[in-house]
Amino acid sequence: MMPLKPISKIASAIPVSGIRRFFDIAASMQDVISLGVGEPDFVTPWSIREAAIYSLERGHTSYTSNWGLIELRRAISEHLEQLYQVSYRPEDQVLITVGVSEGLDIALRTILDAGDEVLVPEPCYVSYKPCISLAGGVPVAVETTAEEGFRITAQKLEAHLTSRTKAILLGYPSNPTGATMPRALMEDIVRFAERNGLYILSDEIYDRLTYEGEHTCVPSIEGAFERTILFNGFSKAYAMTGWRIGYICAPSELLATMMKIHSYTMLCAPITGQKAALEALKSSEPQVQDMIEQYSQRRRVIVNGFNQIGLQCHMPAGAFYAFPSIASTGLSSEEFAERLLFEQRVALVPGTAFGAGGAGHIRCSYATSIEKIEAALERIKCFVEQLKVT
Amino acid sequence: MNNELTNGAKHCPILTILSRDGRASAESIAAQTGREVEAVKASIAKYEEDGVIKRYNAVIDWEKAGYDKVTAFIDVKVVPARDVGFDAIAGRIARFPEVRSVWLVSGGSDLRVVVESTNLRQLANFVAEKLSTINGVTGTVTHFQLRRYKEDEVLYLEAEGNERLVITP
Repeated sequence: MMPLKPISKIASAIPVSGIRRFFDIAASMQDVISLGVGEPDFVTPWSIREAAIYSLERGHTSYTSNWGLIELRRAISEHLEQLYQVSYRPEDQVLITVGVSEGLDIALRTILDAGDEVLVPEPCYVSYKPCISLAGGVPVAVETTAEEGFRITAQKLEAHLTSRTKAILLGYPSNPTGATMPRALMEDIVRFAERNGLYILSDEIYDRLTYEGEHTCVPSIEGAFERTILFNGFSKAYAMTGWRIGYICAPSELLATMMKIHSYTMLCAPITGQKAALEALKSSEPQVQDMIEQYSQRRRVIVNGFNQIGLQCHMPAGAFYAFPSIASTGLSSEEFAERLLFEQRVALVPGTAFGAGGAGHIRCSYATSIEKIEAALERIKCFVEQLKVT
Repeated sequence: MNNELTNGAKHCPILTILSRDGRASAESIAAQTGREVEAVKASIAKYEEDGVIKRYNAVIDWEKAGYDKVTAFIDVKVVPARDVGFDAIAGRIARFPEVRSVWLVSGGSDLRVVVESTNLRQLANFVAEKLSTINGVTGTVTHFQLRRYKEDEVLYLEAEGNERLVITP
């Protein structure tokens, strides 16, 4: 018998997420306070859950159109128009996906041929680079630093431009740094993309969680619309991570190809989640505002806490992550995270899980109660003080 | 300060935080809102002085604590008095220690009164002897509480599980 042939080289070359190992350790321990959770600690607002239950009672259990429910696409279109004065036709410029994750995958597969390069500012969300590789592309990391507030500039992107560069993949407000992009900086990037015929993929899942200044919605910038693929969804703003509902907005010719892939691979997003998402847009703005206010308060507590402990931390303007530097401790970010977990039972994610640019930092989610944040800061303080003694 | 008072709780983070947790310290509130501790203390003192903050109390599940409690919601029809309208009679009712709340309401009755007692007989006596006999009260309809599901924003239902994983991307 012949030995089994090897699996895909591309798939096997993709590294396991840096988060995985910490998850396995932390999950086996008791009394752990976790600052490692990348999702809201709020339960989905009741009116949304209630609408989903009602839809099940009514027997809404079928497939929907590949595009998603037209009522939901209309509501999303109105929502974006209202927030950012950007107009997408519900009929052929909005596609409902299974979270931004699916959206990103089908968009990358739509635009990339083997060997095409995608510029990715780092530190960035853990899926960006693997998804590019899986689509046959080559991720090109462009490092951003704490001194620059983890913001990307056109000049930095330009330095990594080659004849194979096809797209820029942006995620602002950023997981893991909490950085946001002022409009002027983003305009420079749009000009850069225009000069070089590049697509812009903009993951704006944290748009509503912007605490300072206004969120810059990329396609609302002049000249950006035709080259931009916008990703968003319901997970963060409406505390709906488990429902898996996201969407892509893009010019119709581009979206038609994404829709083709979506129709073969996913068929449609789950109907119950779509019904729930529709209710979220209709009725949940007060709850969204309330959650934003609470995140913003926690953000001040955690950032001031880190700075007082002596771990330098810039004030993140968005998302729900603090990204302090742990350089002053002399430990690497993995050592810091692992020892903190074993010695003080606080779980967080080392910055290197988000790319080499995250070295010397840790990602701390403040999507957890004030009491837990205060307790975690107390433990981290103990840990850092003990390091100084030894 | 004046703005905070007139704009209501929605726009005053200090009040919102205290309404969720009456024991939140001035230090913690200062850290959450980005204000100075002394400024937070001064604001709270002013709220207390102005009667914006009425009091700080714990929300207690008496049943769970093993105490007997009978609660009744009583709709009261009254004849409003000249000059003082409903206020005089509402005030008379409100001063009884058994009475937890009194509201003037629209609809079929005039006042809605919440009464609490340790047993049914005492409560019945209160309605028959104290409440109904007040001059100007023309009728009462008493509804006894059978079960409490939510009160003062606290759910008395099975806890909702939000079992997040310890670490997620």
